[in-house]
Formats: sequence, structure tokens, C-alpha cells
Amino acid sequence: MLQIKNLHVNVNGTEILRGIHLEIRGGEIHTIMGPNGSGKSTLARVLAGHPDYEVTEGEILFKGENLLELSPEKRARSGVFLAFQYPVEIPGVTNSYFLRAALNEIRASRGLEEMDASDFLAFLKEKMKLVEMDASFASRFVNDGFSGGEKKRNEVLQMLVLEPLLAVLDETDSGLDIDALKLVSRCTNLMRSKERAILLVTHYQRLLNYVQPDFVHVLMDGRIVKSGGRDLALKLEELGYEWMREPGSLKGA
Amino acid sequence: MKEAKALIEQEYKYGFVTNVEADAIPPGLDEDVIRLISLKKKEPEFMLNWRLEAYQRWLKMQEPHWQNVSYPNIDFQDIIYYSAPKSKKDGPKSLDEVDKEILETYEKLGIPLDEQKRLAGVAVDAVFDSVSVGTTFKETLKKVGVIFCSFSEAVKEHPELVKKYLGTVVPYADNFYAALNSAVFSDGSFCYIPKGVRCPLELSTYFRINAQNTGQFERTLIVADEGSYVSYLEGCTAPIRDKNQLHAAVVELVAFKGAQIKYSTVQNWYAGDRNGKGGIYNFVTKRGKCAGERSKISWTQVETGSAITWKYPSVILQGDNTVGEFYSVALANNHQQADTGTKMIHIGKNTKSTIISKGISARFGKNTYRGLVRVQPGALNAKNYTQCDSLLIGDQCSANTFPYIEVQNRTASVEHEASTSKISEDQLFYAKQRGISGENAVSMIVNGFCKEVFKNLPMEFAVEAAKLLGVSLEGSVG
Repeated sequence: MLQIKNLHVNVNGTEILRGIHLEIRGGEIHTIMGPNGSGKSTLARVLAGHPDYEVTEGEILFKGENLLELSPEKRARSGVFLAFQYPVEIPGVTNSYFLRAALNEIRASRGLEEMDASDFLAFLKEKMKLVEMDASFASRFVNDGFSGGEKKRNEVLQMLVLEPLLAVLDETDSGLDIDALKLVSRCTNLMRSKERAILLVTHYQRLLNYVQPDFVHVLMDGRIVKSGGRDLALKLEELGYEWMREPGSLKGA
Repeated sequence: MKEAKALIEQEYKYGFVTNVEADAIPPGLDEDVIRLISLKKKEPEFMLNWRLEAYQRWLKMQEPHWQNVSYPNIDFQDIIYYSAPKSKKDGPKSLDEVDKEILETYEKLGIPLDEQKRLAGVAVDAVFDSVSVGTTFKETLKKVGVIFCSFSEAVKEHPELVKKYLGTVVPYADNFYAALNSAVFSDGSFCYIPKGVRCPLELSTYFRINAQNTGQFERTLIVADEGSYVSYLEGCTAPIRDKNQLHAAVVELVAFKGAQIKYSTVQNWYAGDRNGKGGIYNFVTKRGKCAGERSKISWTQVETGSAITWKYPSVILQGDNTVGEFYSVALANNHQQADTGTKMIHIGKNTKSTIISKGISARFGKNTYRGLVRVQPGALNAKNYTQCDSLLIGDQCSANTFPYIEVQNRTASVEHEASTSKISEDQLFYAKQRGISGENAVSMIVNGFCKEVFKNLPMEFAVEAAKLLGVSLEGSVG
């Protein structure tokens, strides 16, 4: 479903990703781990098409299509979803209005009929139950005045509503207490299906206690230095990242 | 959404020109021109005298330049002060006699004057360049005693009412443009709501500038007698022209004891092109007087058009327990400049005013809120609440707020809140990542920002206003 080949990315003239290779097939859950500043979030945002990132080399294919040629909204409509590390507040626009607009633009791009306001509200409320959000959040402004945990749950809610083909969760587990973490994990597991690929970007192994990944990749200095299964994550928790650093690596370059 | 998107992608759609033969007088202004206007309108003498007094006063006045806007000097001798679509007879007696081209113009604008296709519950007076071309639903209104007609007709048919109220709220000496308007005004609307009558229809005037190099100087006078209620709407459009055109209107409202006037404006004059060429100079004086106790005047305005807007719909709270309200959305996109706000003058006891102003600036737009809240010595327990919010789109536009507060009574309570926010790249990216186009994201955020004002518009106009904002913001995001 997703093929990343030799991806190089610059931000403000500094190279952050230095040749990423990654392939994710439908039905798989991949986890990207790595120390701070290794480029994990950059990878997530590049997939979504953030304008601050300049791809200098390489390609990304999504369902066989060149993703890099698509605008962020077209990527979203073709099924790419990013749960933001720092969800954005949009005062004046209610959660339900925002999500319905998003869903209907996605549906329209696929030639589907719009969902009307009352059908949507019923649909939304079902999904809100899954993330244990009070119904009042439907009429609150997008992320406005939400706590950190509420914002993260709101991201998961949007994922459940928009039902993407590729869901990228950028540190959605950060800053959550254990109950919220379990909840997010449960919803992520719900999303697991043959047609869908999930990419989890995380700092912590603890998420993987609840979501069983098929692959774990370690990102350091802009490259995937090691890939493995769940065991790799456990080893990382025990030993940290430094042991993996090759002598004469790019650190400090 | 699809519909909204289509709307956003379209250009100013009212920019067409109607080909009608016009009866216009040559450009320039002197006493003879004023006499000629008055003669053409077959006005009684009192009207001509008033015009001439105003003209004499205007000659002694200086064009104001304190506004936070800039434009080249206006050559007042280069303006045509009277232009009317030529008709074979003296003037249309009924809508059947109105030139077909003009009726079609209003159809195109979405304002069918044909009563068969009427807007449900709205009576319309249509002003085309200098004259009113027709008023709908006259008979229905007549039954309840409501007078709704063109100003010219009122001068002839109801001179006693015009004489009694004209200039009582905005005297001709009020300011430079009010004086000019008083001297040369050509038409406008007149409404009188008798005692205890709740006007059964929304009254509406639709202003259209068609002719070139013509100034439009209309005058509206609304008198709501004791215990009456009226909701009045005005809409405005003009063709796309390279040269700037002047529009200097005067609106006067009088509300007696227990009366209520709700005045809504959706102003969409041609704003000029992307580079700031052409567009209407909209220099308007609007003021209402709550003359009797417990009366209420509300101004709601959505200002999306005009190259330059300069207006301060105000309320004089003369009677005790009177209420004044001002709800405004002003947009300055491309090279538009807006300097707008209100004046709330508290004179009576327990008077209350509310000001909600939402300014939106995009591209090179310059938006200024300017407001005055004055509590006079006798205004015991006066209350004011002011909220001024500015929304910026992009980083080359500007927003300014100049609130003036003058309190001369200790019992007054005056609150002022202001905020400035920006539609950030982060917000746009977030919305796009969810599949929402940039234009739709902007119009969604802007509509959210304006919600408090839109809810004060009659339902169908609120929808129109929201769409209009979307269209007017077209091209404001990369």
C-alpha cells in the first residue's frame, strides 16, 4: 500500500531524513521508534504533505500513485490520515461541523453522496462512544480549550470517522494516562483490517503492550537503522538507543 | 460544500452593465444643477430650499481626512449627480411600466420585482442609479397603514412627514458627505410605520449603480411610531468599472416610545480588482434616534464590497430605557480599506448599548474599527458592552481598533473587549489533512468568527451573507 524509497527531506536547508526505505502492506501495523530529533515526526508530516518539508530525493508511492505530487487535501481524500502530535485549535468551528465537512469532501471526491447533518450526528455519536467522549464535544469548537488528553482522543475520533486507508499516528500515546492509553490502543486495534495500514510513531514501548505491531523500525539520524518485530521494542526499552549507533555514524554531522 | 466551493471560485458576479438609455445631466455641481435635480423630481419648494441651504453649507466645509484610509482626491466637478433610466412616460406608475431591461437586471441580481416571483414576505424598493424603479407589495402594506415608497414619491405624497423628520437625526450640516447628499440626493426609500403596527413584511431596498461616472446619493428615512416594529434590509451592487465611483448615502431612523427598528445591510458594491483598480467609495452617514422611552434600534451590517468603506451606523439613546445595538462584519480583501464602527450616545436613564464588531483582513486589506461610546451626565445607569475582534488572513493585511470612550456619569458601566487572531498555516494544514480544501477551510473559520453577527440577520440573509463572505474571500489563500 505504501512504498517509501530512498526518501531525503530538508527542513530550512537542513537534511532531516537521509534515505528512508519502508514498505507497508494492507493489514499491517508498523511502528517507528527512535530518539528525539531522529526524524520520526518529520516522516509522519511528509506523508501528510506538510508544506514546510522539502523532499530532495526519493519517492513515496501510495496505492501505486506518486503521493508527493498530491496536495495535502488530495492525499487525505485518497485515504491518508495523520493523527497530529500537536492537534490544532480552530475556534468558531464546531467539531461536528468540521468533521462532517471533512467526511463530505472525502465522500464527494469518491463520487459518494453527502451525509446530511442528522445522519452524521448519529454516526458521530456512535464513534464518540468508542473514544468515551461526552456528546457535548460534538458542539464544542475543534480542540478549543481541550486538555492534552482530550485533544489526542479527538484525533482518534477523527480517524474513526474518516476511516482512512493509511493511518499515521504521530505520538498519539504521548502524555496519556494509562486508561487513556488503553482506550487509544483499543481504538487503534479496532481500525486494524486487511485493507488498512497503520503507522505508529512513538517514543515508548508501553503502547506496544496493547497494540501488537507487525514490524518495529528504529529511526536514527534520519535513517532506519534496524527493523524487527515486537522483541526489538522490548530490547530498546531495556538498552536504549545508543547501542545501535554504528561507530563513525552521522551523529553530530 | 460543493456548492460553497463553486461559490468561492466565482468572481464578482454582479459586475455586469445594463444597457438602458439614461437621462443624465452633465458632470459638475453648482446651484443650477441642484435646481435641475429638484425640477426633474417635481419637488415642492421646501425641498429645494433645504437642498440649497445644504449646498451653501457644503461649500464652506472641508473634505474630511481623519479616516484611516487613503485615496486620491475626489474631483467633485467630475461626477454626474443625476442619472435615471429614460422612460417614455413621466415615470413608471406601476411595475408593469418599468423597463424590461431593468426588471431583468434585478432578476439577475436575484431580486425579482415581479410579484409573481416575489421573495416570500419581503417588500422591495429597487433604486437604479438615481431613481427608484419600483416598489413591491404596496397594497398589502397600505392595508395596515405602512407607508413604504421611494423618497421622491414621499416628498410628493407625504410632504408633511418628510418635512417633519428630514434632517432631524442627520442634519445637513452634520458632515461633508451628509451635506453633499442633502444637496443632491436623488432618491432612496421612505418608511412610516404607524402606532402599534407590527410591519407584516420585511422591508427591503435594493440599490444598484449602473451608469458610469455617476455618484449615487440616496437617502433613507424610516419613522417607527409608538409601539411599532419594522425590520428593514438593504442590499447593494454595482458593475465592474475601472474608475472609482462615489456613493454617499444618508440613512435616518426615528423610533418613538416602545418602537423597534431592525436595520440590516448586506453591502456588496464592486470592490475593485485584485490590484485595487476601480471600486466604489462608500462614504455613508447612518444614524438612528431612540426618541421615545423603551425604543430600540439595531444595526446589523455585513460589509464585503466597496474599495473604501467609511461609515458608522450610530444610535442616539435619548429616551429612558432605550436600547442600541450594532453588529458588524467588515471584510477588507485585496486592496480594500474599511474604516467603520459606531457611535452610541447615551442620554436617557438606564440606556443600554451593545457593540459587536468583527473585522476580517486578507491580502493587502486594511480594516479599522472606530467607535465612540459616550455617556452624558444625565444618563444614569447607562450600560455598554463592546467587543471588537479582528481576524487576519496572511501577513500583509492590517487591523486597527480605535475605541473612544467618554463617560460623564459615575453610575455607568462600560466594558470593552478586543481580540486579534490569525488564520494560521497550521490551521489550514490541519483542515487540509482532513480532506477540506483551503478555501472551504477559510470560509469555515471566517463564518465561525462571524457567527454572533450573522445570527442577527433574518435567516435567508444570514445564509446569503455567509456565502457572500466565501465568495469575497476567494483568492485570499495561496
